[in-house]
Amino acid sequence: MLLEVKHVDFNFGDRQALVDVCLSLQVGGFYALLGPNGAGKSTLFALLNRFYPLQHGSIKLAGKELHSASSDILSNVGMVFQQSALDLDLTIYENLRYHCAIQGMSSKQSEQAIKEQLQRFDLSDHKLRQVRHLNGGHRRRVELARALLHKPSLLLLDEPSVGLDRASRTQLLAYVHLLREEENLTVLWATHILEEVSATDDVIVLSKGRVLAHENAQRLAQRSASAMLADSYADLIGETHA
Amino acid sequence: MHKSAYGIVFWGVLRRESLRFIYQRSRFFSALVRPLLWLLVFAAGFRSVLGIAILPPYETYITYEQYIAPGLMAMILLFNGMQSSLSMVYDREMGSMKVLLMSPLPRGYLLFTKVLASALVALPQVYTFLVIAWFLGIQPDWFGYVTVLPSLLLTGILVASLGLILASLIKQLENFAGVMNFVVFPMFFMSSALYPLWRMRESSEWLYWVCLWNPFTHAVELIRFSLHSKFNLDAIIILAPVTLILMLLAIWSFDPQRGLSGRLLKSKS
Repeated sequence: MLLEVKHVDFNFGDRQALVDVCLSLQVGGFYALLGPNGAGKSTLFALLNRFYPLQHGSIKLAGKELHSASSDILSNVGMVFQQSALDLDLTIYENLRYHCAIQGMSSKQSEQAIKEQLQRFDLSDHKLRQVRHLNGGHRRRVELARALLHKPSLLLLDEPSVGLDRASRTQLLAYVHLLREEENLTVLWATHILEEVSATDDVIVLSKGRVLAHENAQRLAQRSASAMLADSYADLIGETHA
Repeated sequence: MHKSAYGIVFWGVLRRESLRFIYQRSRFFSALVRPLLWLLVFAAGFRSVLGIAILPPYETYITYEQYIAPGLMAMILLFNGMQSSLSMVYDREMGSMKVLLMSPLPRGYLLFTKVLASALVALPQVYTFLVIAWFLGIQPDWFGYVTVLPSLLLTGILVASLGLILASLIKQLENFAGVMNFVVFPMFFMSSALYPLWRMRESSEWLYWVCLWNPFTHAVELIRFSLHSKFNLDAIIILAPVTLILMLLAIWSFDPQRGLSGRLLKSKS
């Protein structure tokens, strides 16, 4: 088990953002965190990044309590944020170099990792381009490359396909699936777009801060009469929105 | 995490701040034009109005240009501090701050590197100003260029810390204009940067005391003394603890798990 979230509650003042959230991610698994806007996906990610303090419950990463362990534990986590978090004034290479530095990687390690990721994402020819001049698809690739530089075991993607066209979205998803296979990465992909979930994925449905389902997409689909994931999802979400 | 990682992170943050500064060329020019305008235009207009008596560290009568030069050096640091504060609000809005805070090093250290890098980026600006000022007749002893360095660094850390605190309080970039009106201008004008405090006292006793309580006054005086290779113990006694307190407050306020910045993040969710 790589990540274990147990009975986590989180409140913003009087508003409950997460209620008794429990989930577990196995090493090398691909998990789609499915939920409408405002479901609590970003709040959950902020807890997994230690941006917010843990108010109640427990989060274990690689067997260690995430919030009481030393900050070293964050080197296990790679993150792609919902909004692009690249430095627009810097080049692709400079953005990646900066990330390596703040991860404490030596110059030699950095150069090696950057070379690998640039090749993997077909960005080698663009490495001296300013991020400001890249299109959305390229920027997402750079963000993904950046998140992988320090070789994390858990990759968190918070609605990474927002603002991308269909082709770029499909390509990005394919990249991440490939990465998971090649690197045995554990991936938690937050989305509200059902098309991004494939039959073999594990799905965690989050709505109004509660986990409504945590199972294989195919089994989840079987819950509805039509055996369609969209219907099962609508039924679940409908229940909480009623 | 290996100890060398701390150095790597610091150099990484400094490199990034330097690159951003280099790419924003207009920032460099405006940082220079502002004090040079004061030196060339304001000082020319006021030199006859504001006669300067002999006061330490000077041992003879000086021109008004010579008097305001240390204040203008502090002004460069002050505006750079506010510029980096603006950058931090931008970084927070753009997400770059989150990237930094995901580093596996302690957040207090990460924020300290941010403050220190901001202070260091300002130093070449001050020295460029000093080079130009040399041609305009501001010619301290060559050793003064060395002895002034620690004072510049301390002042840079003071204003960068203040900038970080302000950045944690400001919700949106649009609100930043208020900082100029309510922080930068009062801090600069209510100090000994442009006129000696005894002159202020002649006009208003309470204003004199406000100036005396303003840490920026002591930063200006520290720079003034050290530029002439003299040590101002009074200024150090006040400035060093104030800088330390502001830096700790800045680190606390920008840590999303504890400080004011976290409250802003939460209110946005």
